[in-house]
Amino acid sequence: MSSSTKTAPTSVAGTEYEAVIGLEVHAQLLTRSKMFCGCSAEYFAAPPNTHVCPVCLGLPGVLPTINRAAVEAATMTGLALGCAIAPVNKFDRKNYFYPDLPKGYQISQYDLPLALGGEITFTLAGVEHRAGITRVHMEEDTGKNMHASDPATGEGYSLVDLNRAGVPLMEIVGEPDLRSPQEAGAYLTAMRQILRYIGVSTGNMEEGAFRCDANVSLRPVGSAAFGAKVEIKNMNSFRAVERALAYEVERQRAILDAGGTIAQETRGWNEDQGRTLAQRTKEEANDYRYFPEPDLPPLTMDPAWVGAIGARMAELPATRRARFASQYGLREDDARTLTESRAVADYFEAALGDSATTERARLTANWILATLFARVSAETIGTSPLTPGRLRGLLDLLEGGKINRTVAQQVFDELFDSPDEDAAAIVARKGLGLVGDDGAIRGAVGQAIAANAQAVADFLGGKTAARGRLVGATMKALGGRADAALVNRILDEELAKGRRG
Amino acid sequence: MTLTNEQVEHVALLARLGLSDEERERMREQLSSILDHIDQLRAADTSNVAPTAQVIPLAPALRDDVVAPSLTVEQVLANAPRTEGGFIKVRAILD
Ligand SMILES: [Zn+2]
Repeated sequence: MSSSTKTAPTSVAGTEYEAVIGLEVHAQLLTRSKMFCGCSAEYFAAPPNTHVCPVCLGLPGVLPTINRAAVEAATMTGLALGCAIAPVNKFDRKNYFYPDLPKGYQISQYDLPLALGGEITFTLAGVEHRAGITRVHMEEDTGKNMHASDPATGEGYSLVDLNRAGVPLMEIVGEPDLRSPQEAGAYLTAMRQILRYIGVSTGNMEEGAFRCDANVSLRPVGSAAFGAKVEIKNMNSFRAVERALAYEVERQRAILDAGGTIAQETRGWNEDQGRTLAQRTKEEANDYRYFPEPDLPPLTMDPAWVGAIGARMAELPATRRARFASQYGLREDDARTLTESRAVADYFEAALGDSATTERARLTANWILATLFARVSAETIGTSPLTPGRLRGLLDLLEGGKINRTVAQQVFDELFDSPDEDAAAIVARKGLGLVGDDGAIRGAVGQAIAANAQAVADFLGGKTAARGRLVGATMKALGGRADAALVNRILDEELAKGRRG
Repeated sequence: MTLTNEQVEHVALLARLGLSDEERERMREQLSSILDHIDQLRAADTSNVAPTAQVIPLAPALRDDVVAPSLTVEQVLANAPRTEGGFIKVRAILD
């Protein structure tokens, strides 16, 4: 534990406090093998203790070897967050005893981490915020514990699975720049979005691939000093983070208002009770006696290597959002929605292809956001039976005036249900092509006028809304396949004749 | 620098070592003299020396991200005092 002996601001009711929140994110790195050995890192559904070898089991005489892909993923994260990559960084041993830690120490990075001093931007209620990133460092995950009890005696015991022990992990430490639970939630959302965009982590919080601890303190508004810091653990969802922080801020405020002092401690979020509870401190758990990992020489980061990692990094969400607005002329909120997930942004650009006029881009955006999203989500869009190419085919017909909007919706449904046919084939097979024949439309208009004398009289009497009934009748007669602009023009011509006559 | 008994007990606890009174006293003396030696090293002027974490002039050999075979469950559990259903069974952990 650090030597912080900060005193809590004691005060009386009426003092205005502000929350000071910093988040520590642990994210598993998406690699095939573990951090320091060749065991599979795919632990999630594996039978217990099947991805374990002498290295991750901590048997005597073994040596760790660093997974290059893990270093690259963590480096890319540092770059994405605007950190400086340390030319030399090193691994240290963090020593403590726990059943899920077979070696008796975790290999981590202590005083010379991989990446330092970055920044993340996030948006909350339309306002852009910035928060500092202190550092990004690499480490290894621990095993998993399950709890059980003896049915005969009722005595509790624990079961340890070491498949997760040694899975590559990075810790992203944020500056205490957040001022509300909502800001913390938005920070976390933006962080996960970046990790997913650049493909370094699944960001799945429920599966434990993305975890968050928080440091929370209160201080009088206007004060630059920090209050006593409480660490909150055990928040297993985005909702839990915001709830836990809201609870903790109020808990501390009530203590301070009553003239009390905040104890510097670790508290666990209890989802069922909806409150944070002081955690029994594992005795001396914070006395980790870090020392340099003697089995791993310091890691030097060749600038050319770091440059190559940066060069193959995917475009970041904020950059892509700005580009969607400027390059394609999309509205700000459409650009934001389309870039929330990389899969959706990729789909949009694939569906747009080379036909990137502003008009076509907006048409494509509308069809994805309004129509396609009724059928798929950001998670399933990548495997949608309506591929980007098939949507492009549909929009080609629509934009080219070969079909109208009503028919396009019908073809869209067909495309979704018959994955082998493209839009043009569906239109041809079902005879859905637009009726663009002047004579046919004029005939249908004539029939509509004849059959709707009242509507005609209403229209000529000044009720312009009655015109819609005549358009509807014409369209119906043509099976909904007429060019709407043409129907309108011919209808106007025919009605004008009526007016003259 | 002379360590107190409490400091020795604390370090012993962290290392999960039980010490007899006699051992504790011996450790107290030995650890104290090691710390004296460290103090002597700290007195050296290192302002012009780069921080050194390792004296072997080697960069670590990085490993390609390739999955290699693991042990069998039987091998993994061979040294575990108690097992259950492929897990290592331990006393209840208080999280
Ligand atoms: Zn292993």
